[in-house]
Amino acid sequence: MSLTLLYVQTLNGLQLGVLLFLIAAGLTLVFGVMDFVNLAHGVQYMIGAYLAAMFTALTGNFFFGLALALPCALLFGLLLEFFIFRHLYARDHLDQVLATFGIILTLNQAVKVIWGAAPLSVPIPEIFSGSVVLMPGLLYPVWRLVIIASGLAIALLLGLLVTKTRIGMLVRAGATNAPMVSALGVDIGRLFMIVFGFGAMLAGFAGAMVAPILSVEPGMGDNLLILTFVVIVIGGIGSIRGAFIAALLVGLVDTLGRSFGPSILRAFLDPAAASQTGRALAPMLIYILMAAVLFFRPAGLFPAKK
Amino acid sequence: MMKAKLFVTLGAVALMAGSAAAQEKLKVGIVVTLSGPSAVLGQQARDGFNLAVKQMGGKLGGLDTEVIVVDDELKPDVAVNKVKGLVERDQVNFVVGPIFSNVLQAIHKPVVDSNAFLISPNAGTSNFAGPQCNPNFFVTSYQNDQVHEVLGKTAQDKGYKRLFLLAPNYQAGKDSLAGVKRHFKGEIVGEVYTPLGQLDFSAELAQIAAAKPDAVFAFMPGGMGVNLVRQYRQAGLANIPFLSAFTVDESTLPAQKEAAIGFFGGANWAPDMKNPQNEAFVKAYEAAYNSVPGTYAMQAYDAALLIDAAIKSAGGKLSDKNALRAGLKKADFQSLRGNFKIGVNGYPIQDFYLVQVVQRPDGKFATSLREKVFSDYVDVYAKDCKPSN
Amino acid sequence: MIMRREILPLSIFGALAVLPLLGSFGSDAFILSIVARVMIFAIAALSLDLILGYGALVSFGHAAFLGIGAYAVGILSAHGIREAAIQIPVALFVSALFALVTGAISLRTKGIYFIMITLAFGQMAYFFGVSLAAYGGDDGMTLPGRSLFFGYDIAASERAFYFLVFAFLVVVYAACRTLVISRFGRVIRGARENAQRMEAIGFSLFSYQLTIYVIAGTLCGLAGFLLANQTQFVSPAYMTWQRSGELIVMVLLGGLGSLNGAILGAAAFLLLEEGLSHLTEYWKLYFGPFLVLVVLFARGGLMGGFKRLTGTGDGR
Repeated sequence: MSLTLLYVQTLNGLQLGVLLFLIAAGLTLVFGVMDFVNLAHGVQYMIGAYLAAMFTALTGNFFFGLALALPCALLFGLLLEFFIFRHLYARDHLDQVLATFGIILTLNQAVKVIWGAAPLSVPIPEIFSGSVVLMPGLLYPVWRLVIIASGLAIALLLGLLVTKTRIGMLVRAGATNAPMVSALGVDIGRLFMIVFGFGAMLAGFAGAMVAPILSVEPGMGDNLLILTFVVIVIGGIGSIRGAFIAALLVGLVDTLGRSFGPSILRAFLDPAAASQTGRALAPMLIYILMAAVLFFRPAGLFPAKK
Repeated sequence: MMKAKLFVTLGAVALMAGSAAAQEKLKVGIVVTLSGPSAVLGQQARDGFNLAVKQMGGKLGGLDTEVIVVDDELKPDVAVNKVKGLVERDQVNFVVGPIFSNVLQAIHKPVVDSNAFLISPNAGTSNFAGPQCNPNFFVTSYQNDQVHEVLGKTAQDKGYKRLFLLAPNYQAGKDSLAGVKRHFKGEIVGEVYTPLGQLDFSAELAQIAAAKPDAVFAFMPGGMGVNLVRQYRQAGLANIPFLSAFTVDESTLPAQKEAAIGFFGGANWAPDMKNPQNEAFVKAYEAAYNSVPGTYAMQAYDAALLIDAAIKSAGGKLSDKNALRAGLKKADFQSLRGNFKIGVNGYPIQDFYLVQVVQRPDGKFATSLREKVFSDYVDVYAKDCKPSN
Repeated sequence: MIMRREILPLSIFGALAVLPLLGSFGSDAFILSIVARVMIFAIAALSLDLILGYGALVSFGHAAFLGIGAYAVGILSAHGIREAAIQIPVALFVSALFALVTGAISLRTKGIYFIMITLAFGQMAYFFGVSLAAYGGDDGMTLPGRSLFFGYDIAASERAFYFLVFAFLVVVYAACRTLVISRFGRVIRGARENAQRMEAIGFSLFSYQLTIYVIAGTLCGLAGFLLANQTQFVSPAYMTWQRSGELIVMVLLGGLGSLNGAILGAAAFLLLEEGLSHLTEYWKLYFGPFLVLVVLFARGGLMGGFKRLTGTGDGR
């Protein structure tokens, strides 16, 4: 349990965190502003990854692929909104759960029909391939640093957008009290559509960015969706700031817990028992974290609604 | 009176015709995983089996053959239900499947207690090889541990002193590392279990980099393997020899591509094995399905050959279960992997090889035989199988 | 009016009772085992409907109870105890205990937070099952046979097991009906419509909600006991969050808060899954849009459609 290892794992936790944030940002806004439970949000992430894989293969360049994938992911999100989701805003949460669950089933199967069941892969862009030496003995893949940097940049941008612009103000107001915003004469339908499309594109961006390091496969969004819900619930629904902090928290707890949990337990237990318990506990950690946060703060860390 | 007699005769003729027709038709149920991220393994097995049936003109053992394919969805209780449908509703004579060990645990009892034989083209767990062996259960792949043992033996023979082990946190993962340790006597510098389905291995790769082992052994099937291999190379660790089981094979190589070149695996076969049957098989499979066959396809193909041989040896009588069983045990056919016998527990006795990933001249990626590690290898559990039960 | 309202449950249970007697159709062991499976999930869906439909508490970890009930069978069998008279009380007791502890914590939260905290406990139960290496871990474990009832192996045949499950379903259904029309049930429903008012007139909602949560968990534990017996196999796969989601879908598909709907929903879900997957490998490509269409055009699920057809009012 050297110090270098701790640094590397912290970076890894950070990378998982920003990834979760990119997906959670859209989800928490959609939820906060529209009071809409969108289980299909993880599918947007998968679609982004598949689109990036397809366009990268067509153009032979990841950045062209990304540039084509983003508008397509946006368009796809808007189409879903137009044909299905907007008819569900007024319904209760359970109807939304059922319908979006149906969409998950459909799209997971559809990508298999279109792109095949075998996982796809995307090569890392040439200029960002390889690793850099961050400090003596600490080698880190460049592409992961790119993910962290772009995630942080988007977080900053989003923060400015939400706090400084008119549309951001409306979004914040919507998250606190949507009927009031509507009563003040704002076209709430258009606001919903913008927020929704934006959220879909962010998730698609996250999918595209991880395509070079993770395999692109059917159902890849399902488990991440659950993690994302964990994030927005810990952060407090509708809060961008909460989502950001919770995403980093979940990313770090999960990564560090997995690698250092057993060694920490070894201080209290004998080695065999420690590794046994550590292995059983590691995957539960984030759920224990969520249960604990909700126990003390039943509406998350930064509740948007007062 | 005459009339009545005629009716009786007609009835008897109809009855005989009926029973003859029933005997002429063979029904095989295939239960494999065709949905979710691991679907490609099930597809290979299904395609391999169907290819064999097609090449034999739609007849196994000279009987018209109907193949019913079902998807177990990798859910054990769903699999039990589908299998009950096969043996009770469809009255199949053989069930071929599954891919995954946990599904095998679930479907074993419903099939072996029925009128059908169970032939596993992939999963070969230790419990059914040992004390719980069953005369109605046969395996055309291997006992799971054996593949892992190949790499443990290789690490020992190559003189590696320090080995780092990596496997998913589930039963097969634990069995895997136990199999490696059976033959490797050096130092284990790290033993890491990751959550099943984990796709980002940055944490584990950092630990490997810090431990600086002589070699790494990994068991990461399916999508996990795709990610591990690519991230392993991206992390700049490729100078550390990468020994693996079910991690680099023809189901994952289309996604791993260059990243896997030079990585090692253990297997009972590789597409470039030199024998006429195999060369014809690989050519036909690639022409039909436009992908390189892996062991999943080969073992399912052999399962069809095994059924064919058993029916022929029983004289085409599907009702004679004892004769069929004797035929299955005799396994009188030319396996694609050459050397192949069925042991006392229904599991194969065969050779095992170290294989390495190469890029073929046509640009496709495949595993390639390197050296034979075990000959006529019997699994360690067979001695606990008492054939009487 | 009362009579018309009873038509549906009477015809459901009537059909289930005579099915095994219908000549060759009823002696087909496969059909019996499919319908037994439907009835087992109907028990689970009924129990979920108690909290979901009547209590408006969306539990996303209900499958944990299926697993607890199943593991009670598996673990006791592994130690040679195959007697149902021991297994069932253990299954129910452990389920109730788990519901009591997790419910007491979860009920501090509301709405989506409740959904997520129940998910968290469901996931903990799942990973605990995976870590039980002595009982097969992730691979699960095969049972030596079905449970014995007072020493007799009476559930061994599909037909006997069918009637056993049927009897349990009738008892659970009757218990749920009694519960929801009792004073207790009226308080729970009152809380769903207007929680503040109920608190204001002096009801401690927390204890009511905790009680119904424990009852629902216990009944689902019974379904787990039956599921383990039906498949003769126990595995952590019974506890995945996807399975919890499927239970919710069954209740919604049938129609929320109507008990009959839970049974219809379980039947529709499982029979469609069985039927479509027999027809095409890509059955989810049809099932998914079907769910979306149900939400968009058939409000209130199957029961909603049934009520519109027959003109019966609110079956609650």
